[in-house]
Amino acid sequence: MQMNTQPKPSTPSTDVFTVAGKVYRSRLLIGTGKYKDLNETRRAVEASGAEIVTVAIRRTNIGQRKDEPNLLEVLPPGQYTILPNTAGCYNADEAVRTCRLARELLDDHRLVKLEVLGDERTLYPNVTETLKATEILIKEDFQVMVYTSDDPLIAKRLEELGCVAVMPLGAPIGSGLGIRNPYNILSIVENAGVPILVDAGVGTASDAAIAMELGCDGVLMNTAVAHAKNPVLMAAAMKKAVQAGREAYLAGRIPRKRFASASSPLEGLFF
Amino acid sequence: MQILVNGNATDIAETLTAQDLIQRLELGGKRIALEVNGEIVPRSTHGGYYFKSGDKIEVVHAIGGG
Repeated sequence: MQMNTQPKPSTPSTDVFTVAGKVYRSRLLIGTGKYKDLNETRRAVEASGAEIVTVAIRRTNIGQRKDEPNLLEVLPPGQYTILPNTAGCYNADEAVRTCRLARELLDDHRLVKLEVLGDERTLYPNVTETLKATEILIKEDFQVMVYTSDDPLIAKRLEELGCVAVMPLGAPIGSGLGIRNPYNILSIVENAGVPILVDAGVGTASDAAIAMELGCDGVLMNTAVAHAKNPVLMAAAMKKAVQAGREAYLAGRIPRKRFASASSPLEGLFF
Repeated sequence: MQILVNGNATDIAETLTAQDLIQRLELGGKRIALEVNGEIVPRSTHGGYYFKSGDKIEVVHAIGGG
């Protein structure tokens, strides 16, 4: 085996995030729902530094005042990677239909966020329908970033089916409960051959940092920013948290020890 | 004849094309996608696309979402 096949460890200056063959500098992906208005959406997205933004696909008589600009005029596809989601879909057929519409809407755009929900109260993913939708979408040449539970076996299965990224939840969508099962996220990251992003559950900056410290490739969030008292300031905080968490992961944390280890030399004491 | 547009019963002339419908909805030039009975109707074909009575049409756009 050749020694030089081993990749060099990344440093912050060379560290990039690649998904579906495209290179990004930001590891924070941001949702565009729940903001007060499009101006706040734009300002929060800008403050977050996100290069990938999610959107929902809905009937034209919903969610849009005639006098308001379109979301995609505020966040132009030339400037951002638009990630259409399948939020609100409860079976594979609805999700596949939504992705096909998104592809038409965005001029043969193939990158989608697949989410098939199972239950209105928890918005927990319906994994069996997610697997079914994934198979169809991959056959149709979509690039699937898939929202799923934090089950390491399912995460691996979704990767094997051809997803370009697997996105386990940290906690239920919009709950702000943080990373509830860090050991599962860690197992998923350790087994992964594609980017792993925590999608859903982040409540505040430290949650995003924890996800990144676990070795996740990125974090996707919406409510934590949009429903913060000051969404633009929270977006800026999240940008720093994701960067800090990533750098801490690259730096390599010290092992946890039960007892103290003095930081000052024990030699040379004068008493 | 009658078609369903985003769930609303709508009377149209048989000569109305998909492109005409989009104009009528004041969506001309907007970024939208059109589906008829669950199948995508590509933008490039809207000018020559005619509906059948009872067609279920969905016109969608992108809005804020997570």
